[in-house]
Amino acid sequence: AMEGGPSARIREGDCAVLKRDEVFKAVSVLRRRKIIFEKQWFYLDNAIGHIYGTTFEVTSGGNLQPKQEVEETTTETKEAGTDNRNIVDDGKSQKLTHDDIKALKDKGIKGQEIVQQLIENSTTFRDKTEFAQDKYIKKKKKKYEAVITIVKPSTRILSTMYYAREPGKINHLRYDTLAQMLTLGNIHAGNKMIVMETCAGLVLGAVMERMGGYGSIIQMYPGGGPVRAATGCFGFPKPFFDNLHEFPLSKVQSLLSGTFTTETLPAEPEENALVEEESNGLTEEKQTSLQETEEEPTTEAAMEINPTEEQDTMDMNAEDVEFKENKEKENKENVREKQIKQWERRRKLLEAAALLREKNADGLIVASKFHPTPLLLSLLEFVAPSRPFVVYCQYKEPLLECYTKLRERGGVINLKLSETWLRNYQVLPDRSHPKLTMSGGGGYLLSGITVILDKGKSDSSNSEALKMEEPSSKRCKLQDLPC
Amino acid sequence: MSFVEYGDTIKDGDTAIVFLGHESMFPVKVQHGTVTQTKYGVIRHSTDLIGKKYGSKVTCSKGGWVFILHPTPELWTMNLPHRTQILYSTDISIITMMLELKPGSIVCESGTGSGSLSHALIRTVAPTGHLYTVEFHQQRAEKAREEFREHGVEHLVTVTNQDVCKNGFGVSNIADAVFLDIPSPWEAIGHAKSALKAEGGRICSFSPCIEQVQRTCLAMEEYGFTEINTLEILLRVYNVRTISLQIPDLGKAAEDNSSTGFDSSNPSHQGSLCANLQQGTVQFKSGVPLREVVGHTGYLTFATKS
Repeated sequence: AMEGGPSARIREGDCAVLKRDEVFKAVSVLRRRKIIFEKQWFYLDNAIGHIYGTTFEVTSGGNLQPKQEVEETTTETKEAGTDNRNIVDDGKSQKLTHDDIKALKDKGIKGQEIVQQLIENSTTFRDKTEFAQDKYIKKKKKKYEAVITIVKPSTRILSTMYYAREPGKINHLRYDTLAQMLTLGNIHAGNKMIVMETCAGLVLGAVMERMGGYGSIIQMYPGGGPVRAATGCFGFPKPFFDNLHEFPLSKVQSLLSGTFTTETLPAEPEENALVEEESNGLTEEKQTSLQETEEEPTTEAAMEINPTEEQDTMDMNAEDVEFKENKEKENKENVREKQIKQWERRRKLLEAAALLREKNADGLIVASKFHPTPLLLSLLEFVAPSRPFVVYCQYKEPLLECYTKLRERGGVINLKLSETWLRNYQVLPDRSHPKLTMSGGGGYLLSGITVILDKGKSDSSNSEALKMEEPSSKRCKLQDLPC
Repeated sequence: MSFVEYGDTIKDGDTAIVFLGHESMFPVKVQHGTVTQTKYGVIRHSTDLIGKKYGSKVTCSKGGWVFILHPTPELWTMNLPHRTQILYSTDISIITMMLELKPGSIVCESGTGSGSLSHALIRTVAPTGHLYTVEFHQQRAEKAREEFREHGVEHLVTVTNQDVCKNGFGVSNIADAVFLDIPSPWEAIGHAKSALKAEGGRICSFSPCIEQVQRTCLAMEEYGFTEINTLEILLRVYNVRTISLQIPDLGKAAEDNSSTGFDSSNPSHQGSLCANLQQGTVQFKSGVPLREVVGHTGYLTFATKS
């Protein structure tokens, strides 16, 4: 469907992102569910029906109310000083006490008014320079004017949120690095992508967003099942998941060697690896429980058998017989259901295996906590020639090794090891400069393009090949050797 | 093949990328009967290209070989003929993500320039989106149209030859995103706002100079844009090299059979440092930064229409 139509409205059941200045938090939009965000608590009920992007205030009752557009106080030439040489910071310039402010808050006085009161009761305010006054007002507004915007999730919003709140969950993948991956990988509608990530499903979601539901994705996963906590936040329509497949890493070797069989399936994960329901948004609990229940199929089966055994020991009378018959039917249904689920899983696994066996994927994206080399060397086998691949690693060293191994393997060109440097700016008249803090590192990328692998001859049979590895200026240097 | 859809085999009329090695490549228009000269010899399109799979190795007449690659906007950016200074993939990546572009998006862009960003935008919004691109230079606008046609994407893009600051983008209230890379973007903010959909549209302005950025941010504020944010992004590439460092000769202590310090004749130091005892060197792998890198392209300012 074409974008540019009417803007999306907040609906019950959506995953929405709360935003206040630079702080984000993902939540489920559910009625009568208490949300805590930025030291405030409230219900989302009143937000339902509003357009995404609406800004709300929290009322004293814990309800949301759209913020009215207020005219900023006119710029009457305010009294201001020229510099701070005579301003002494003795902590006594504010005449309002903590209690005074609390009293104002309790009275239900709006944040704007509180800020005004603070200004009027500050003895040093009029001595501050205009810039310092601006800064003071901004600071107080940030503290007392609690305004929340509800934004629609997107790769931009979610990747920024995860990097700020839970970088450990995404292997410290900074959002600009993710942006590079999506472009370097030429992710677009119609691709057949292989994705291997342990970033809570954020990378998968980003890939899905750029594919718009077209094409197909095979997600490779370690252990019992893929973690897709973040993927659920994007709010993709159901059809997007029709062409999303998954395949266990533990079966890759057998698939490559031709000995693949569905006889020993990996342990069944919890069925609800998708959308979280807790109001706290990021389901840490669900994720850990997913890892913990990896080895559970036998216990589940055992639980099914017990009820029937119990029935045999019950007394038999007319009602009990009917009850017992119904119970037996129910148990048969449960077992049947479990069988159907097993067949379904097997079918899906075979489907994914068939897709991989075609060895014609349009690209490969790897972003995981695992050492990248074994992943690349095996998963590249499933990628068609003349297609891009991108590997993310939190650290540079494993990618050095990966680069070397890829060179030995051959069948790849244009290898590039890179990282991006990102800086945010404050832009104000006469006060523009880079912001004071910045991220020290956002991870590293190794990218390249596949070519037809000449298994017989080595790629360096070309007399020019050696020159391809060394820039000519370095050929004579004593110390550097090409890898 | 097209820039928005992968194909497997090279066909007559395709634009293919000839890869010679280590960042040396160039685009070629595949045509029956044509030949292309390379430093490794001649490539005959009819026999060497047409019908071959993308990713194939092609041996040229002098014996050297090349790889033929499927075109992508990223490869195009590295190889297109420059009519203006262009945007590179590093900036293009963050622009795409921050503007929340995806299949189906409607985007407006000015100026079209050499079409580097344009190709990337078209690829991202395909198959159901559209790019409205405005270029005030008549020849550049025409060259862009020609390239989009050759690359099989003309149905996804409309090139308008006019001044965006005077006449806007030619559309109203439908764009999901607007991108500006022009000398005076503050003069186009009003037009950008009217091209954008009613709520939630995103805007990006790219300017090399901070003064331009200041004026643009002010204009964005005046026109009611929110979430105004300026950043810059730079690419740091590393060359993977095996480095050998010499072990210094610290001499031997007098009258002493054993030696202190790092000595190539002392075996116990061997394991930890992979020392090459013969040459008195230590080898290790390193990601070596380039000597000269791009230090600045431009500041990117993003905002939301609310």
